[in-house]
Amino acid sequence: MIDPLAWLILLPLAWATLAFLLGPGRGAWLGIGGLAGQLWLAVGLAQKVGAGGRAIGHSVGGWGAPLGIDLAADGLSTAMLLLTQIVALPLAIYARAYFKADDPAGLYFWPLTGFLLAGLNALFLSADLFNLYVTLELVGLAAVGLVSAGGGAQQIAAALRYLFATLIGSGAYLLGVALIYGAYGTVSIGTLLPLITAEAPRLVWIAGGLMVLGLMLKTALFPFHFWLPPAHGGAPAPVSALLSALVVKASFYLILRLWLGPFAALADTAASLTALLGAAAILWGSYRAIRVQRLKMLIAYSTVAQLGYLFLIFPLLSGAGALQAGVMQAFAHGLAKAAMFAAAGVLIKATGQDRVDGLAGAAERLPLTLFAFGLAGVTLMGLPPSAGFLAKWQLIEAALAQGQWLIVAVVLAGGLLAAVYVFRVLRQAFLLAPASRDIWPVPRTLEWTAFALAAMSVLLGLRGLELMQLLRAGGAA
Amino acid sequence: MTINEALPLAVLASSLLPGLVIFILPEAWIGTRTTLNLFGAVAKLALIAVLLAGVQAGEDYGVRYAVLPGLDLAFKADALGLLFITLSAILWLFTTLYAIGYLEGAPHRSRFFGFFSLCVTATMGIAMAANLFTFFVFYELLTLATFPLVVHRGTAKAMRGGTIYLAYTLGGGALLLTGIVWLHHLLGHSEFAHGGVAAALDVQQYWQLKIIFLLLIAGVGVKAALVPLHGWLPQAMVAPAPVSALLHAVAVVKAGAFGIVRIVYEVYGAEFAQSLDLLTPLVVAAAVTIVWGSLRALFQDDLKKRLAYSTVSQVSYIALGVSLFGPIGTIGGLVHLVHQGIMKITLFFCAGNYAETLGIHKVSELGGAGRRMPLTTLAFSIAALGMMGAPLTAGAVSKAWLIDGAQAAGKEWAIWVLWTSSLLNAAYFLPILWRAWFGKRPEAWPQEHIPARSWRETWWLLLLPPLVTAAATLAAGIFADSPISPLAWAKLIAEREYSRATPLSTSTF
Amino acid sequence: MTSGLIFAGAGAALFAMGVAGVLLIEHLLRRILAFNLMGSGAFLVLVGLAQHHDAPDPVPQAMVLTGIVVAVAATALALALVRRLHGLTGSLELPEAEDD
Repeated sequence: MIDPLAWLILLPLAWATLAFLLGPGRGAWLGIGGLAGQLWLAVGLAQKVGAGGRAIGHSVGGWGAPLGIDLAADGLSTAMLLLTQIVALPLAIYARAYFKADDPAGLYFWPLTGFLLAGLNALFLSADLFNLYVTLELVGLAAVGLVSAGGGAQQIAAALRYLFATLIGSGAYLLGVALIYGAYGTVSIGTLLPLITAEAPRLVWIAGGLMVLGLMLKTALFPFHFWLPPAHGGAPAPVSALLSALVVKASFYLILRLWLGPFAALADTAASLTALLGAAAILWGSYRAIRVQRLKMLIAYSTVAQLGYLFLIFPLLSGAGALQAGVMQAFAHGLAKAAMFAAAGVLIKATGQDRVDGLAGAAERLPLTLFAFGLAGVTLMGLPPSAGFLAKWQLIEAALAQGQWLIVAVVLAGGLLAAVYVFRVLRQAFLLAPASRDIWPVPRTLEWTAFALAAMSVLLGLRGLELMQLLRAGGAA
Repeated sequence: MTINEALPLAVLASSLLPGLVIFILPEAWIGTRTTLNLFGAVAKLALIAVLLAGVQAGEDYGVRYAVLPGLDLAFKADALGLLFITLSAILWLFTTLYAIGYLEGAPHRSRFFGFFSLCVTATMGIAMAANLFTFFVFYELLTLATFPLVVHRGTAKAMRGGTIYLAYTLGGGALLLTGIVWLHHLLGHSEFAHGGVAAALDVQQYWQLKIIFLLLIAGVGVKAALVPLHGWLPQAMVAPAPVSALLHAVAVVKAGAFGIVRIVYEVYGAEFAQSLDLLTPLVVAAAVTIVWGSLRALFQDDLKKRLAYSTVSQVSYIALGVSLFGPIGTIGGLVHLVHQGIMKITLFFCAGNYAETLGIHKVSELGGAGRRMPLTTLAFSIAALGMMGAPLTAGAVSKAWLIDGAQAAGKEWAIWVLWTSSLLNAAYFLPILWRAWFGKRPEAWPQEHIPARSWRETWWLLLLPPLVTAAATLAAGIFADSPISPLAWAKLIAEREYSRATPLSTSTF
Repeated sequence: MTSGLIFAGAGAALFAMGVAGVLLIEHLLRRILAFNLMGSGAFLVLVGLAQHHDAPDPVPQAMVLTGIVVAVAATALALALVRRLHGLTGSLELPEAEDD
């Protein structure tokens, strides 16, 4: 019997290693095949968790905690696993067509992506704090490698900034783990749950604070977002898509896990501050997205803004509906942002430049890409029919139920601001274009995968039932 | 899936599917595109005919689909919705014909007709929505589908108009969403029902209901062009004439007005809204809009802008009728939903004809146009007379019922408002008619694109639609008492709405 | 004050110094050194706080070993990137971030 938990980590590790052994630039089909297998495993796991109604566990090598590593999957982690494979598979197909044979950026894309995915899957499945640290580092290093691949000075600098930020983040996290271990003698989340109460010693507060702060740095929450725009804006399109859609969600997932789990008793005081930072992220990120000249920078700042929505749910977690809103938003943003970066990659390849106001000619010849960008934009704006709209509805409902009017106002303002920067790009499709624009031909696969991702974010907006059921049945948090 | 469930979806599909196909058609496949367009329009009319027959016979059409736990996309076909659907579908057919003629040789026609079809799909969805959630989904979809049409020409001016349009409509959407989510939270659902659902709430929550009403009306009021939310409408005139015709007679403003009707009757219920004293501010807002719109129209030289302000004014007749408590006012408002649509679309068709044929965009350039384009100007005259409420036209019927309704509701001042508006209408339409029929024609028209050929002053595709709708204006007026007139239908709806409170005797009518 | 606490305190101080170094120092090699300092600080806290057991506790030692491996990998990556940057720009400091 195939154990999905172990294989979800083992499979990407295997094909990543094989891809590396095959040599530079090779491994695309391995990756796509491997991801298809991973997706199949994730769907199977989701069905099991959704039906079984309880978390599923696995001890690696038969050794349980405290010395061994425990893997566990509940509703929340299964949902994140699903998101990861669902976004990564189209992106893999996109990347195969995107990287030309001797493109320096694509030389080690496949092994690095495989390691990244292995790390992400392991992160969602880990059940103890230290293993989470290891997976965090794995993800971080793989991501930095992807950002720096084949780049010039600016890209290497962006990768270094990202590296330092991510190392400080995981360093703070590690220090927190150390303090927790010192206080309780265990790092298993399940064991810690009943131990940390509201009367916990000051040390535990500090540990919790360190861990959450470190993770916020890795999630690029305002004001720790400085590293994200250069890194996501400068990397090749498939890399930006993977990073914005998936990697930042991983550290957010961890914050959520800690908040709902071990540190639940201590969370209330920090919740308002977190939401405030989230609001600031939405406003500042949108403002910058409206102002920048380069397309990928616009989308990167949009990520900064959209991540703010995720942090608005923290004051609401005591009531019903907030967690669901957060997960729906994570899905909506993951799918839409991947689609947007994919579409941007097509536009940039076609026009040979990456400024927003240089897109006018390309938009005519690439209607499918513009449509994909438009659909993704609809999700980001939170307009129906889209997953982003459902997330917005759930978030507003949860906020209204608890009388948090400021959150409602911020959510609405965020949607309108998103409309400003989305239409900055979309209007290029309608502007009369100068006739002399050169358009390079672009492989059709690129357009179709971008469109597929965007369409998925809209289709999820028409049917959110199964996702919500998965969360509820799997006993999220 | 039963027939009764499939039919509303089929109505949506009859414009959605051709629209999606049209998007990917090459620009040069004119024949295919035209066929798809017309096929969709005719199929839709056929399906609606079936719906009408069924509803008449007492059939129940509806379908429901769960999106989230506790949140359903729900469609139904009731009398009020069918009123809007039938109006939209019939006018869509003629606008499609008109647009095919108007955009002859223009670029991006596949894109245009693709979004055109999406617009109509959204309008159908709004009409058939069985709860506020579904209503909102298609309401915002309408915003998204109309933007590309407004900016179709791609000039800087068009983009500016589009930006203003978006700013207003998305802002209104945000307000509407807040109201809907709030109400959904209080009630546990947001279904429409005859006589309203809000009365089920506790008295302590009434203050929340008042704020929600404000949010909802403000949200739909943007599209319905209630003052001071009307600023986008004159700016959106930068769109091609078929778009202005569609926006101002069929889709956007009517969707807003329709929203007001649904909210007042099927979310709050007329009696409940009256008891919360919500109708008074609405009737005042409507009255202000009526007068303000007509005043602004007086000073516009650009023909389409003048018609835009006229729309601002005329659509609020519907709001006025709805907020005049009582069945007579309701009938007046509802029947004007249809009549204003027919008349305004005629006016915009004619304005488009003047622009396309002779390059006339301003009132001051219309001298002698009546002799050069008699049929167009005849249609324009009939519609303009209808706007003024002249006898034998549809406008006269609406005006009569609205005045009676104001009387019955004890709001005599509203009668003054209606008469003032009629006089102002005369003030800004009669000079146009005079100039067109009796004015001196200039040396040369600004830009004669289409030369006259015997009696065909312009292409027949541009002539036919306004003539048909002008004839309809007369027919709706002359045959108002027939059982298949819009008036009879409005009576039916009002009867169902008010039958809970006051049993209507036939002598009322 | 037990020896464990002294170690833990020193570790915390090292950690703080390391973080400050990574954030504030301009020279890239020194930033990498600061990162290593930061890591060592965290490891010291981990080992120090676990000292209050009578018998040696294998779990934190295993964790520190793992952490050292991770730190080595991260340092290697950082050095490779710095070397490449130096090869491209001739400088050992990060260029101004292009934010547009």
